[in-house]
Amino acid sequence: MSKEINSGIPTDSEVILGILNNSENVLKRLYLAYFPMILQLVINNNGNTDDAKDIYQEAIIVLYNKVKTGDFELSSKLKTYIYSICRRLWLKRLTQMNRYGGDIKDFQEFLVVDDETEKNNERDIQFNKMGSALQQLGEPCKTIIEDFYINNKSMQEICEEFGYTNADNAKTQKYKCLQRLKKLFFQQK
Amino acid sequence: MSENNELTESIERYLNGEMTKLERAQFEELRAKDASINTKVAEHKHFINLVKQYGERLELERRLDAIHDEIDVHALEDELMIHPSWVVRMWRNHHSKISVAASIAIFAVLSTLFFTGYLNNKNANYGPLKGKIDKLERDQNTLINTVKNLPVQHPQMTNPGNFRGTGFAISANGYIVTDNHVIRNADSVYVQAADGKSYRTKVVYVEPVNDIAILEITDPSFKPLAPLPYTLKKTETDLGESVFTIGYPKESIVLGSGLLTSSTGFKGDTTQYQTSALLDYGHSGGPLFDNKGNIIGIVNGKQTRIEGAAFAVKTSYLLKAIKDIPADSLNKPLNANGKNTLAGLARPQQIKRLENYVFMVRVYNQ
Repeated sequence: MSKEINSGIPTDSEVILGILNNSENVLKRLYLAYFPMILQLVINNNGNTDDAKDIYQEAIIVLYNKVKTGDFELSSKLKTYIYSICRRLWLKRLTQMNRYGGDIKDFQEFLVVDDETEKNNERDIQFNKMGSALQQLGEPCKTIIEDFYINNKSMQEICEEFGYTNADNAKTQKYKCLQRLKKLFFQQK
Repeated sequence: MSENNELTESIERYLNGEMTKLERAQFEELRAKDASINTKVAEHKHFINLVKQYGERLELERRLDAIHDEIDVHALEDELMIHPSWVVRMWRNHHSKISVAASIAIFAVLSTLFFTGYLNNKNANYGPLKGKIDKLERDQNTLINTVKNLPVQHPQMTNPGNFRGTGFAISANGYIVTDNHVIRNADSVYVQAADGKSYRTKVVYVEPVNDIAILEITDPSFKPLAPLPYTLKKTETDLGESVFTIGYPKESIVLGSGLLTSSTGFKGDTTQYQTSALLDYGHSGGPLFDNKGNIIGIVNGKQTRIEGAAFAVKTSYLLKAIKDIPADSLNKPLNANGKNTLAGLARPQQIKRLENYVFMVRVYNQ
């Protein structure tokens, strides 16, 4: 694959296919293509570069998840879609911070979007809970759970890594950890 | 606890498809029989999915961060920031300094105005009724005057003077009252009668506080007047009295009439009356008559920003001034007691009689 062909702004269908195929190259080109547009929106509307990064990544994740779950229908240009989501997210955040002055400087055309960011928000709450439950779980449980369930390592590998004498001990340990993780997760409000 | 672990293990193996056919059949039977086990299977599946998705999310975020780190955000920021105009930037960067500078400037202006007396200067809103005559005309006439060089003997005075006001006789033998501000700083003062004859006068007394000046006609060509047809009213006049004045805002006599509208003058000055008569510069020093032809005041000034508010010094202060004249400055007796012969007359007849007693005052200075 030559780099020239696969650089520059990807076409909209390239992006969809690339996300479905887990293409690192497409994700990168997508990210680089539209970040300046969002940076411009945020820094000229009372935000800084970190705000722009947060907002933009949130929008990319929304897009990514929608494509992955197969309920993404591109009804406008991808550029407009991303701009609209970011605009909506930024307005919401400005309002939360009481920095919204009642008007916003726009640089692109945009659509009215709302439901997808709401759905994503719910999932974010679950993920935050999971993150803090894992933190509270502590070592070695955290690594065992992550290795087994997230990184798809086998029990044998884990056993060796942590120096358990046999796989059964490791298994027992893993189930204890999972039990505690569930408890920590559901304890949170 | 170990039972619990066994169940979890079974569920996991079942979900991952690691069970043998027999085990699977047994487990499905158990699931169908025991609803609590069925729920546990669903719960476990959901939870593990969440853990996996959480892991994917972390991974995605890590990838995005890695991409983000390759961007030169600061360069982009400089490029994309809309720079406001220099006025706005200047204000944002230096607004405290600008504010302080502006306050100091305002304070300086106000204190300068205060210390120079501008703020409490009554004249700021007050214009003496004194006519200032065009400089050009004056220069021209001074020239004529110099050529002829006989100002005193000439009954027909042509020099209009630097300033002009009005005065009126308070005695038949040539004592004239006018405003102090009309003759202030004068080198010489002339009065001109209605018939056009001009007479040299001498200032015998001034009372700057009440703006009163008394002149004496010293000109040898002056012949005493007939007895005064009016009196100086000693008592205060009531509001609503119809009043009038005659004077010389221009070369010929002008009547101003109205009502007495206040017993106090400019800014509540109790020495004055206020009248609604429309007066002009040049009426200063003229007599203010009541309806019967008694003199109740000396026209003094008007409020420049309000039409129809002119002021006159009350006669009682004039009588006091007359009394205060040092005896040695009077060459002739000053007998201010006239007899009112105007009371029954209509206004035109009153004015015709009064004309001879009201003078144009011309003032010369260098």
